Amino acid sequence: MPMIIGLDVGGTHTDVVLLGENGLEKQVKVPTDTAALFNTVLTGLEKITENVPADEITHAVLSTTLTTNAIVQGKLSPAGMIVTSGPGIHPEAFRTDENYFIVPGGIDHSGREIEKIDPDKVKAAADQLERSGIRHVGVVGKFSARNPVHERQIAEILGDRFDRVFLGHRISGNFGFPRRIDTTFLNASIYPVHRNFFEAVSHSLKQKGIQVPIHILKADGGTMGFESSIAFPGQSILSGPAASVMGSVAFAPDYTETLILDIGGTSTDMAVLIKGVPLLAPHGVDINQYKTLIRALKTQSIGIGGDSCVRVIDGELKIGPDRTGKAMGYGGSDPTPTDALFVLERSVGGDRGRAIQGIEPIAAQLGLSMEEAAFEIFDKTCREILAGARQMIADINSKPVYTVKEALQGYQVNPDHILVLGGPAAYFAEHFENISSYTVDTVPECQVANAIGTALSRTTCEITLFVDTQKGLATAPEESFSQTVDLHFSRVDAHRMAADLLKQKAVKLGAQTQDIETELLEDLEFNIVRGFRMMGKNLRVKQQIKPGLIHDFKTISKKIADSCVR
Amino acid sequence: MLKALNKTGLVFFPAFDWAISPTHPEREERLLYTQDQVMEEGLFDIDGIHEYKSEVVDIKDVQRVHFSYPDVWQVMTESHFISAGGAKTIARAVMEKSVNNGFALVRPPGHHAMRVVHGGRGFCNVNNEAIMLEYLRHAYGVDRVAVVDTDCHHGDGTQDIYWHDPDTLYISLHQDGRTMYPGSGFPQELGGPNAAGTTLNIPLPPYTGEEGFLYAINEVVLPVIDEFKPELIINSAGQDNHFTDPLTNMLFTAKGYADLTRLLKPDIVVLEGGYSIEGALPYVNIGIILALAGMDYSHVIEPGYDPDKLKQTDSITQTVKQTCDTVKANWAQREAIGRSMRGNQEYAERRRNIFYDTEGIHETQRETLRLCPECSGALKIDSTSDRGAHLLAIHIPRKACNNCWDLGRQWYESANPSDYDMICLQDRTEDSYQVKEK
Repeated sequence: MPMIIGLDVGGTHTDVVLLGENGLEKQVKVPTDTAALFNTVLTGLEKITENVPADEITHAVLSTTLTTNAIVQGKLSPAGMIVTSGPGIHPEAFRTDENYFIVPGGIDHSGREIEKIDPDKVKAAADQLERSGIRHVGVVGKFSARNPVHERQIAEILGDRFDRVFLGHRISGNFGFPRRIDTTFLNASIYPVHRNFFEAVSHSLKQKGIQVPIHILKADGGTMGFESSIAFPGQSILSGPAASVMGSVAFAPDYTETLILDIGGTSTDMAVLIKGVPLLAPHGVDINQYKTLIRALKTQSIGIGGDSCVRVIDGELKIGPDRTGKAMGYGGSDPTPTDALFVLERSVGGDRGRAIQGIEPIAAQLGLSMEEAAFEIFDKTCREILAGARQMIADINSKPVYTVKEALQGYQVNPDHILVLGGPAAYFAEHFENISSYTVDTVPECQVANAIGTALSRTTCEITLFVDTQKGLATAPEESFSQTVDLHFSRVDAHRMAADLLKQKAVKLGAQTQDIETELLEDLEFNIVRGFRMMGKNLRVKQQIKPGLIHDFKTISKKIADSCVR
Repeated sequence: MLKALNKTGLVFFPAFDWAISPTHPEREERLLYTQDQVMEEGLFDIDGIHEYKSEVVDIKDVQRVHFSYPDVWQVMTESHFISAGGAKTIARAVMEKSVNNGFALVRPPGHHAMRVVHGGRGFCNVNNEAIMLEYLRHAYGVDRVAVVDTDCHHGDGTQDIYWHDPDTLYISLHQDGRTMYPGSGFPQELGGPNAAGTTLNIPLPPYTGEEGFLYAINEVVLPVIDEFKPELIINSAGQDNHFTDPLTNMLFTAKGYADLTRLLKPDIVVLEGGYSIEGALPYVNIGIILALAGMDYSHVIEPGYDPDKLKQTDSITQTVKQTCDTVKANWAQREAIGRSMRGNQEYAERRRNIFYDTEGIHETQRETLRLCPECSGALKIDSTSDRGAHLLAIHIPRKACNNCWDLGRQWYESANPSDYDMICLQDRTEDSYQVKEK
């Protein structure tokens, strides 16, 4: 039975767990030092491995906020962009900053070259970038996910003039030129901070003799090898919400649709599981002004949580979306739903007297007794969270479909079960059940659910394969793969080829073979017709390793569920 | 950060699993490359561009417009229900003011489908724009509307449906019918006696380029629309005037289509034909979407674009000008033309032969219209097909006067079921559809 470490960096403290055959073997909490995250990670790893034989630990998974914080706080290293485009919206519209160069070159939607690269223009852009002291460069071409030849030619011209060059087509196989630009730019500009973190952590672990393979958690709730992540630092963005979703997966039924509600201080994060498998966002991570192609779980946040500020406006109770600090019962300055729970004596641990001071004026303004006002606050908080969840489900269900079959069969997501996690989860769960038709449950070991989810996540990735039997070519640009095929190459052959490529990729990223569960995301077949004659077939296959938990999770999570008091 | 100047709604329904036949031009991947282009451009991420999910029209929506033989289910496939539904979704978003304008990129197309439907014509079975427009009239009380058809083929189906309707201005620009399917759409086709001049046809000679199209828009379409004062402008946006289209002979371009859209300012655009699925559609569609959204489209230049090669000859310029002059003169004379058509008769009759090229059906129609001074007149169509179907279709118009309403009812009541396979009454005053069968 393996032992796995899960480490989840939070805003104030970092949770580390060690999972093994007895379930949760050990857990530690260390304060988060945002100024030196690697110290936090190191301390966490040191503490959790104390008195544990290193050879019994198979691997550790980290969910860090490092790259996310760098982006949110605008602490990005300068990065240059060299961009080519064919017809369409002028690429000037997607300018990242002053170090952004549009050079000649163009590929059309079918991957045909419609304008050649001009090496002199590329060199001129590179000269300019060098003069500006830029060391990291992203190269993005329109339709490079279909044919990456121009990105590769530009990379060749750049040679080794820069420390690292990121090519758009290697970062995602999906369409979306503006998103490819943003994604590549983010990868290039957070690369130094991610690389330094990697080097610091690996170096220190080596010094301390802790020899454990390290994986990192991604926004899609999957993991990848720490070393592999150097080439794709953007993959580590926004793994926080994914950690809590993955922490719930282990405790969600696998036969129905479940709504995950992670109730925090300021906000509530929501996600949906379909038979235990988290739903992916249609495009990718959106962070600050950047819209990316970084695969992510579909999560949505609403500005209402345990510490939301409560006030009365025009005789109406209003909760959030702002938070001024802690609940009054914990020494804060404004009344919150948490204070309402103290008043109702549904929650203990805070100073009820102070909470009453906060709720009293609200009760007076509403013309209610204190208990009534506290209940009103708590009830409204619960109802608004559920309304937010319903809105998210409606949004998911209004996603357009492109085939007659899908339009008529109209699969609709319709969860009937809720899993609540976060600090006040237990108090909320009961009331959710009272005011809705959902069955409600809480995630055991709520306080460290994120770290548990991080530990149990499996390696994920996806691949896109294009086949054109008329050209006699199968390509997966993202994997730098291309192979000749004959006219008889079929859909089944394409599925097999894609599955093989996907497995190779997953193993390279650190997957265990028993965790490779492939799934078809897209499967289209068209006839290529020229002048009313069938000339061949055009196939498109997209496959993924389903986000989910590793092979051994069931035994571990069962142990955790059994051992904790709900 | 890109932002649309106008809020623009899009419905995208490429029907990737539906085709007329495996090598037919109207087949599965017709919108595949357009979808690739739209996705790669990141159009749905633009602030102000909103993608809607296509709804499915119901049978009542279809019966408001068409007389289908033997019934709606026999003449439509699932894809037609969704294609018309896409137009309806966009129209609703525009009416509800969720968006300023919208574009339904749907297939299969519909502008060759006439009021009576025995089967498929010119890749069309039911008329998406008419189903959408009559729904708007029913649900939102819309009255005067202009439909401008910029498909390369004459929209004979839409023309037929609105032939007798003075509240629908139908203008079609197309390649001259003497050189192409369906072989109609000449300047003298001006609508029926109760609606003379509200159908206008501008046939353009083969090899007309940007200059000719935009001349017709500026010289005829815009002034006529200004005078007609419609509440809504609908554009049947076929894209087969493009210089790369395999079925036609025009020299129009992506930029030209975008310019046309910018000038016309349609509220609702519905895709019609266009079979250059790799060389034209991705670029024309992007051009139209950007123009609707009020964004810059100067960079939408398709491969093979060469303004010198695509320039129309002087003789074409002359021909276009003459045609436009004729159409303008007819428009100016429309009242007199209508009076002379009506004379002092009480009824007008029209006999027509209609060929369904997709299914090889020949239909013969005898149309009877009451020449009414108060409304657009009760209408009766006696239709026979060479497949042995015989039906009587009676249409009471939306704003029928009491006399026309009585007459329509009387036609229906008095028709003998043993003489026909089917007798139908479409009473638009009460939004009802009734059938008597043998």
